[in-house]
Amino acid sequence: MISPKRIAVVATLFLALLVPATSFAQAGSTAAPPQFNDTTEAERFHALTEELRCVKCQNQSLADSNAQIAQDLRQEVLDLMRQGKTDAEVKQYLVARYGEFVLYRPRVEPTTWLLWFGPAVLLLIGGFVVAGIVRRRSGNRQSAAVADEDQEW
Amino acid sequence: MTPPAEPAHKSNAMRWLPLAAFGLLALLLLAGVILSRDGNREALPSPLIGKPAPAFELPVLHEAGRLVTSQELAGAPYLLNVWGSWCPECRVEHPILTKFAESKRVRVIGYNLKDEHSDALRWLEQFGNPYWLVLTDYTGETAIDWGIYGAPETFLVDGDGIIRWKHVGPMSEATIRDELLPVLAEVEAR
Repeated sequence: MISPKRIAVVATLFLALLVPATSFAQAGSTAAPPQFNDTTEAERFHALTEELRCVKCQNQSLADSNAQIAQDLRQEVLDLMRQGKTDAEVKQYLVARYGEFVLYRPRVEPTTWLLWFGPAVLLLIGGFVVAGIVRRRSGNRQSAAVADEDQEW
Repeated sequence: MTPPAEPAHKSNAMRWLPLAAFGLLALLLLAGVILSRDGNREALPSPLIGKPAPAFELPVLHEAGRLVTSQELAGAPYLLNVWGSWCPECRVEHPILTKFAESKRVRVIGYNLKDEHSDALRWLEQFGNPYWLVLTDYTGETAIDWGIYGAPETFLVDGDGIIRWKHVGPMSEATIRDELLPVLAEVEAR
């Protein structure tokens, strides 16, 4: 099976091939890194795009990805920020269009309970199993003491 | 070396526990392998299914100056197919889409994404134009409203302007037969 990472690499290489050949219409404006008004805006933008997943190359954040759609979405995020939207509103805007998938930190709701609490539940079960084993062994210690003496430590 | 005698209270079931755990892990692995066979597993489910198609106003490829709005298309279902001359998979899909369009079941509208006007026209001339109408979105701004993130992507919009179905990636004969046609039948029955 081809890994998503490999697809991302191939896609990036492929895009690199395509850009000069078809020269996307917006190449001049959006391909350039965004210009920030001040460092606060830049920091907010970087923090926000780190939290959003690129929809095309799904192992990268919006901040990392070089895919065409990621560039467009970065521009969209910046535009929304400049319209005075809060971080939550920007995220909601993208979720409404691309789904929960764009969030690296999915919301806590019934469909994501397994994702959020599954590891803790597994850890708890593991803890009980270990505690059970330890308790049984320490109970065995006296009766098994004779056998233990034969073991090579 | 002889194994130490089993403690009397260690039940027989406990001895099978490691094997059972291994079996479970093996099943999990098998499930992973089977699930990853789906070549389209990276396609995102669209949150827009069941919701109204976004309002838009887009230029028409073949008529300079003419803009088409979403309201103009309302009243009857249409299939919106996102394509670009830069998109190799669109060529794969093209004959299948053409065959479907020729059945004239539903208006098939092209959504020419991020293209060059001349390249798009040349592509349609070379491979044939299966579309009833071709809209263009060369900035990709409207595409964001549709949740489009590449090409080909295909949407089925019903007569009330509700998005009923979406497919990411090239459609195959099977996609049309097993997924699109049943939904289309439902849409037409209304």
